Amino acid sequence: MTWDEMVPLLRQGTLETLQMTVWSTLFTALGGTLLGVLLVLTERGGLLPVPAVNKVLGAIVNIGRSLPFVILMMAIIPFTRALVGTSIGTQAAIVPLTLSAIPFYARLVETALREVDPGVVAAAQAMGASRGQIIWKVLLREARPGLVAGLTVTVIALIGYSAMAGAIGGGGLGDLAIRYGYQRFETGMMLAILVLLIALVQVVQSLGDLAVRRLTHK
Amino acid sequence: MIQIEKLRKVYRTRGREVTAVDGVDLTVREGEVFGVLGRSGAGKSTLLRCVNLLERPDAGRVLVDGQDLPALSGGELRRARRRIGMIHQHFGLLSSRTVAGNVAFPLEVMGVPRAERAERVAELLELVGLTEHARAYPAQISGGQKQRVGIARALAGRPKVLLSDEATSALDPETTASILELLRDLNRRLGLTILLITHEMDVVKRICDSVAIMRDGRVVESGPVRELLLRPGSELARGLFPLPDPVLRAGTTVVDVTFEGDGADRPFVSTLARTYSIDVNILGGAVEEIGGTRIGRLRIELPGEPDVNAAQLAHLREAGLAVEIHGTAGDAPGAPATDPATDPATDEEAPVS
Repeated sequence: MTWDEMVPLLRQGTLETLQMTVWSTLFTALGGTLLGVLLVLTERGGLLPVPAVNKVLGAIVNIGRSLPFVILMMAIIPFTRALVGTSIGTQAAIVPLTLSAIPFYARLVETALREVDPGVVAAAQAMGASRGQIIWKVLLREARPGLVAGLTVTVIALIGYSAMAGAIGGGGLGDLAIRYGYQRFETGMMLAILVLLIALVQVVQSLGDLAVRRLTHK
Repeated sequence: MIQIEKLRKVYRTRGREVTAVDGVDLTVREGEVFGVLGRSGAGKSTLLRCVNLLERPDAGRVLVDGQDLPALSGGELRRARRRIGMIHQHFGLLSSRTVAGNVAFPLEVMGVPRAERAERVAELLELVGLTEHARAYPAQISGGQKQRVGIARALAGRPKVLLSDEATSALDPETTASILELLRDLNRRLGLTILLITHEMDVVKRICDSVAIMRDGRVVESGPVRELLLRPGSELARGLFPLPDPVLRAGTTVVDVTFEGDGADRPFVSTLARTYSIDVNILGGAVEEIGGTRIGRLRIELPGEPDVNAAQLAHLREAGLAVEIHGTAGDAPGAPATDPATDPATDEEAPVS
């Protein structure tokens, strides 16, 4: 394959990978944060202690975490089809990507929120802050560096998963690597994809680190 | 201003019950600085947290400014809490907000409009002397400055009552002094009622008008500091004026004389010696400035058994001095057991006689 043949394919693949990653990150950030907050709120001694709900949520998260992405992706094909009308393509891949990343990020959110000084929460309570105010203005705000660091890890995991999504027709760089690098022995293509993936992960990690540094005031 | 009645708080953990506060009655009058003194584990922190219901008492009443807090609903309680300021040992500041942001926080909670908020924040920072650090983050300022932020924040809602949870325990002595001075100043200027808990005798000495000594969840001694110091056998007096165990010799009388204000300036020892032509032996003593008045305690030895000295003791009492007689070698029973520990107020063994 010549360089000129490769470039349009690589551009298309990168775009699809970015598309999958960005959308699934967005949904994961929302869903994972919500689930993580619920995990912390409902635990014994939390702001809204409902141990039963906490146990159920914890179990759901653990189940989600124990399924390997490739298997989850295939197992939920009917669900994906019902949701987006197809199980093939970039859009369809976003569904399993999000579903597998939410429990992962939820645990990271839970950890980050637990790091918040309980003394600050008590101080806010003593000031007459409501539960909602404590969640928004204290917990999520104080945990921001941890939340962003966790999201960075999640985005990088999603880039990796999105490559696997290529295996069942999800598109993106993973799909290119399988079709050209693996099935047609196009070593040049494989190398170019590797370089792109490495560069992508480096950029994400650097941006994440920078954001964490700017948010940390300790 | 704060009235605590028969307060009880029990912690239950897997088959174990710990009674942290065991039937405490306490009254804090408007405008006074009330200290609860005790060592860690005495239940004083739980007691304080029961006042603004950070801990829910199992029994008893807590009235703040006439309002029965445990009876309030969630929303009412939140509004009531806004009128009770609180400062904390480890400050409890938001690390993600600047000094000004931290002070603005309670105002946001109260729903104060932005413009008004900025004005009030500037006013509060000025009050605690932190105007130039408004844009710094908590991690960039010293412990004393952090507590000043805590104080400014606590005053944002113009509370009548300030609760202080070991506010100076994490600070060095000089910083402690300056924070206590600030609290004293706010107490006088704003008429702020302060209920503080501490394990430091020094805090009581510097700013408290009244004090309660807590041990094992109970109040063992309480009242105005001055009154307690003049009360024979007071633990507070022993804590503030640590004197060694009296060495009692047959044929002598050992007496602790507590004097205040004018008494501190009058030469009662030499008067006593001259009037009765006796030799007065001074065994020890100290003078402290407490709440603006000088209070001192002197241990003297008079020749003769206590019954021989009846006139002399009466003379001292007539001079307005508090007199506490230690037994002589012959009649040790009934003598107050003076504890040698330097901080007997928090000592578990020192009995109240």
